[in-house]
Amino acid sequence: MTVLKVGSADLGQIEVDLAARIDNAPGFFRDMPVLLDIGVDSLDLAGLLSLLRRNDMIPVALYQPTPAMAEMGRELSLGVLQDMRPVREVPAAEPEPVTEPVADSPVTAERAAPAAPAEPVYRPTRVVRQPVRSGQQIYARGGDLIVLAPVSAGAEVLADGHVHIYGALRGRALAGVEGDANARIFCQQLDAELVAVAGCYTVNEDIDPAVRGKSVQISLAGERLQIEAN
Amino acid sequence: MARIVVVTSGKGGVGKTTTSSSFATGLARRGHKTAVIDFDVGLRNLDLIMGCERRVVYDFVNVINKEANLQQALIRDKRFENLYILAASQTRDKDALTQAGVGRVLEELSKDFEFIVCDSPAGIEKGAMMAMYYADEALVVTNPEVSSVRDSDRVLGLLDSKTQRAEKGEKIKEHLVVTRYSAERVAQGEMLSVEDVGDILSIQLLGVIPESQDVLNSSNAGTPVIMEEESNAGLAYDDLVARFLGEDRPHRFIQAEKKGFFGRFMGR
Repeated sequence: MTVLKVGSADLGQIEVDLAARIDNAPGFFRDMPVLLDIGVDSLDLAGLLSLLRRNDMIPVALYQPTPAMAEMGRELSLGVLQDMRPVREVPAAEPEPVTEPVADSPVTAERAAPAAPAEPVYRPTRVVRQPVRSGQQIYARGGDLIVLAPVSAGAEVLADGHVHIYGALRGRALAGVEGDANARIFCQQLDAELVAVAGCYTVNEDIDPAVRGKSVQISLAGERLQIEAN
Repeated sequence: MARIVVVTSGKGGVGKTTTSSSFATGLARRGHKTAVIDFDVGLRNLDLIMGCERRVVYDFVNVINKEANLQQALIRDKRFENLYILAASQTRDKDALTQAGVGRVLEELSKDFEFIVCDSPAGIEKGAMMAMYYADEALVVTNPEVSSVRDSDRVLGLLDSKTQRAEKGEKIKEHLVVTRYSAERVAQGEMLSVEDVGDILSIQLLGVIPESQDVLNSSNAGTPVIMEEESNAGLAYDDLVARFLGEDRPHRFIQAEKKGFFGRFMGR
């Protein structure tokens, strides 16, 4: 989840910086849940919340707050997070596509890196043997998804890890739903409506005709999806 | 126990009622005691195509509501003594179909009949869900065009998840019926081929019914098209019924007729 680092108690300054950032990537923050990492000792927390909400962000919790700040947060119905252990670790070095931290800016957004190395959590791979039909959605939470049949147009398959389809992909496939940029999609015949890895997507119209109908693997290379024929 | 077969498609106007009437007639003609039920409450059509619309006294909803018993409501076909029709109500809506009521009627029919054919309404609303709920097998009727194929795909998903068999962890046997097929238009690339449709839906092909003027004519006359011995559509339905009963028959009418001089010369 995105962490918003607040390095100033001056709401006016925060608003100016935030506006610049939103201008940079309009829509990116819309309805985005954010954690607040507050680096100053005192601040008008209620004022900050309403400022963020005005800008269509959804502040959900305080990240590693001071005890006093945590108390204030609870009164304002915010959650308090001391330590995050995502199921899949996002490499700390991974550049955030649109929000590179700007030095000496009071507000910096960045992907949360786990405070301690994440414990590998084993989740069994979900295996689907039946065709995934139009209107059906299958989500492998916290793991990989294997489909041993075609995925029809109008169907959607999602996984926090990789998506493997031993058949034609005609619907939508999303890998790394929780943000794992290393997740991949494999399919035997690419005719997808949409493919996405870690939120970066390509629609059917933009798929290179050279890989259409081919057996491919799809991965994220920087900010772009890379589709390679096998 | 009877085999309960739902004829369904998702999309409207693809030939569900035509298929139900010919399929049921074909089964009865081969000596199997068959009942065909119109689930399209509010828009009854099956009785017209079966040619018994002037003999409807009680209907399916009357039986569900116990206003009539099955013997009163079943209409015996004049051509085949093994064939009975249960008409839909024209004056009710689909909320009149209750799961328990439908289950009770099907159970009672099962005692006496070998096959029960459920003619589903279009869509995926209550009437369609009731028609498929108790089915053992399904004929999925599809036209060779993309929207019909997608709707059929949706229905296949429901057959695999929202039926009594699915709830018990059993599988419904699904058969593909491609209707209104024109081999010439497929050859010209204007229509999906049987292979394309089969590939997308990945279920077993039971029959391909060619586009034919005879279907409309026989519907107007109240005669199921399977009874037209001269009609390609009728012959294709007869093949379909034979295949359903386990006979091995090659698929016909899926190749374009050769029209050129050379083609005619080479013959078949």
